Amino acid sequence: MSDWEVVIGLEIHAQLATRSKIFSGSSTAYGATPNTQANLVDLAYPGVLPVLNEEALRMAVKFGLAIGAAIAPRSIFARKNYFYPDLPKGYQISQYELPVVGKGAITIMLDDGAVKTVGITRAHLEEDAGKSLHEGLANATGIDLNRAGTPLLEIVSEPDMRSAKEAVAYMKKVHTLVRYLEICDGNMQEGSFRCDANVSVRPRGAAKFGTRAEIKNLNSFRFVEKAIHYEVGRQIELIESGGAVVQETRLYDSDKNETRSMRSKEEANDYRYFPDPDLLPVEVDEKFVASVRTTLPELPDEKAARFARDFGLSAYDAGVLSASREMGEFFESVVAALGAPHAKLAANWVMGELSSALNRDSVEIAGSRVSPAALADLLKRIVDETISGKIAKDVFEAMWSEGRPADAIIEAQGLKQITDSGAIEGVIDSVIAANPKQLAEYRSGKDKLFGFFVGQVMKATGGKANPAQLNELLKVKLAGGGSS
Amino acid sequence: MLHTLSVGELARRLAAREISSVELARHFLARIERLNPSLNAVITLTADQALEAARAADRRLAAGERGRLLGIPLIHKDIFCTEGVRTSCGSRMLDNFISPYDATIVAKLKGAGTVMLGKSNMDEFAMGSSNETSYYGPVRNPWDTTKVPGGSSGGSSAASAARLAPFTTGTDTGGSIRQPAALTGVTGVKPTYGRVSRYGMIAFASSLDQAGVLARSAEDAAVVLEVMAGFDPKDSTSVDTPVPDYSAALDAPLKGLKIGILREFFDGLESRNAALIRDALEVYTAMGAETIEVSLPHLPLSVPTYYVVAPAECSSNLSRFDGVRYGYRCDQPKDLLDLYERSRGEGFGPEVKRRIMTGTYVLSAGYFDAYYLKAQKVRRLITDDFRKAFEKVDLLVGPTTPTPAFAIGAKVDDPVTMYLNDIYTIGANLAGLPGISAPCGFVDELPVGMQLIGPHFSEARLLSAAHHYQRATDWHRKTPGGYQ
Repeated sequence: MSDWEVVIGLEIHAQLATRSKIFSGSSTAYGATPNTQANLVDLAYPGVLPVLNEEALRMAVKFGLAIGAAIAPRSIFARKNYFYPDLPKGYQISQYELPVVGKGAITIMLDDGAVKTVGITRAHLEEDAGKSLHEGLANATGIDLNRAGTPLLEIVSEPDMRSAKEAVAYMKKVHTLVRYLEICDGNMQEGSFRCDANVSVRPRGAAKFGTRAEIKNLNSFRFVEKAIHYEVGRQIELIESGGAVVQETRLYDSDKNETRSMRSKEEANDYRYFPDPDLLPVEVDEKFVASVRTTLPELPDEKAARFARDFGLSAYDAGVLSASREMGEFFESVVAALGAPHAKLAANWVMGELSSALNRDSVEIAGSRVSPAALADLLKRIVDETISGKIAKDVFEAMWSEGRPADAIIEAQGLKQITDSGAIEGVIDSVIAANPKQLAEYRSGKDKLFGFFVGQVMKATGGKANPAQLNELLKVKLAGGGSS
Repeated sequence: MLHTLSVGELARRLAAREISSVELARHFLARIERLNPSLNAVITLTADQALEAARAADRRLAAGERGRLLGIPLIHKDIFCTEGVRTSCGSRMLDNFISPYDATIVAKLKGAGTVMLGKSNMDEFAMGSSNETSYYGPVRNPWDTTKVPGGSSGGSSAASAARLAPFTTGTDTGGSIRQPAALTGVTGVKPTYGRVSRYGMIAFASSLDQAGVLARSAEDAAVVLEVMAGFDPKDSTSVDTPVPDYSAALDAPLKGLKIGILREFFDGLESRNAALIRDALEVYTAMGAETIEVSLPHLPLSVPTYYVVAPAECSSNLSRFDGVRYGYRCDQPKDLLDLYERSRGEGFGPEVKRRIMTGTYVLSAGYFDAYYLKAQKVRRLITDDFRKAFEKVDLLVGPTTPTPAFAIGAKVDDPVTMYLNDIYTIGANLAGLPGISAPCGFVDELPVGMQLIGPHFSEARLLSAAHHYQRATDWHRKTPGGYQ
């Protein structure tokens, strides 16, 4: 058995969030009745012509600037010719030799905290095809051209990834980035963000890449990981049993968790690319680039670095909190209301209770039932010791389900922390009195029983005793000191 | 007789209410009914719509509105999409195609108050130089019905020559307006590439196609071109530059005009044709023009260059005709491949198939560089030759075709000889230049055309030069026997 190295490159297709299509005025809204968002241009009627949607170009340039890529002053749309019923013109308009976005790079964080740079070869604009529909049609195929002509940015990476996990981390990072830039809604169920994975293996240390297979149309992070895992296993097994990997296109079947051959290199289409004579070369001047540059938001890496620097967060926490623009904004609003010295507390709550509640109820952070201001009000009560962190979790649940402010819930349910040491001492005394056996064991050296007494006091106070005070007083009492 | 009058005179009489648009439409419709059966120039007659449009024009005239084309009838080449009317492009493929929209030039001419009488016959998808490739059968030349009228705008040229309409529209990809104009003794104008919108004109070769007009004189053509020309946001290749008042520029002084005589244009030209061109040049020198001999060394390469570029583009442009959404569909397709193969196999004629195959070949992997790329380079050299020539001269004058009209059937089995018919016209298409063919005499009782080619956007100067010639001669007034 040799030691194999996995080599992966991804081609990500991000649907650009323009309101109209890349070469026609039809709407790009998802989910409309088939063929209601396809005009004569999308249907490729005789005589119609494409006209480039400048917004799509702006978005591509925005992406290029965000990954530090060179923006081509002149790029060319080409025709990729092939016949298929969901491709009305018989060719797809894409960019071939001169793409709008050149070489750039993206950094990803690996599990061990190390940072890795993944090269981006190019990103180019192209139009999407329509869809073939088979369900509910006997002996026929339906064609829905609503999606035909939707703008896509195809982002091609270098073969820089060495594991399925790295591939997923890269894809997630690009996903974060396009959503930050507001150029793609990132909706993977609707196909707005999907990828093709080029996968090969080679003996570790080998200079040459192995023969690759391209797995088409992966539309979830989980599928990317599983498909690559399967494909790597298949290739290694094939080679080790004396076979050879053939260059081909494969499809991932998520039901069976396997990849299947779609077509081999020999069967591959000759796309007969040539410059589209209906479209002029796309000229992008300095002024245009500068105007797009002014629309760039703070990027995820910049935001994470700032969180770590200004709030003393760990790189991991800063990364999680900057993973989406909305999450970052929520966190910063909480910190603004709570005060920067308590940023770590805010970070723990946003990443902990808030994120679990959002996940559990499948709610986007923008639609959170607890606002940043309301969460900050709750956290203030931990800071000023009105309630303990533990009680705060219950209050948060009540806020989430009832939508009332933290103070109202604390008041109504009488959850205010007991900080009167006399009152706490009283409870401790009665607990000790009721448990003579445990007291004796504790005093004979069974230190673990300290926790038992804490629990009993908390139980008796409904969890309201101030934990720090309780600890201090209990230690003294158990040691035999104090008023008892 | 109304059909002997110029567009200007008809407009004057309409404005003076001496005649009505309905009367005019009826007159030409009657001529078409009587004369077209022996010519086959008109393949769709739209009598009802014409009378309705004429009545609308009369109402506008009655309301005091005036326009140089208001109420004037015309015939459109069947390559232009016309809403609610069959738009066949001379092909079985579109025999059943009723266009749901108007081409930009159709809409512009409609808006100007013209009255469409019908649609004219043409070579299938504009591929041909004799009108013999039409699905609707050949068009006959009114000067001699055993002869071709030229192509691909052969229906339009025959209709203009036979006075079936005051003027007709055409398209020119390699000479398809100028060559038939020459062969039928009318004035044909092919504007600068980008001067007239291509939207709604069924594409043959997108980088070469240009719409224009076939009329009785440069004066009439000027009026029509002024309405057709102009930037169209729906056509990215149309140029946003103001349209001059071509009519006002007609009488600009000709004295001092520098006319280039192309050495290459007289190579292989029949002596009697050459003599007529030399006569025409003498008319110009008598009017004060200066003639200078120039050379375009790469021009002899224009035919092979054209027969790489045009088929390449057409092979892709015609992919949309797949039997899926509109147009011809074969009976009972077995499966998708059968649907494509039989629909296209049965829907296209032999010349169209020949060009699709040639085009597919030159774009194929392994042949692209040797053919398509090389042809593009030669195209640049030819364009540069013209540019250099226009540093010395204002326009070029030469023959439009090597011979007068040839017999129907004489060249159908010899595509290369047929292609050589466009030897003098193709250069202007490759370089995107405007050109005019104007009648300049007869050989064997068949009309001969003189061609004028100018720099980009020099239509005003070309029309003026042709107009001066037509004021000094009366070749353009000659009407074929039986059509006076």
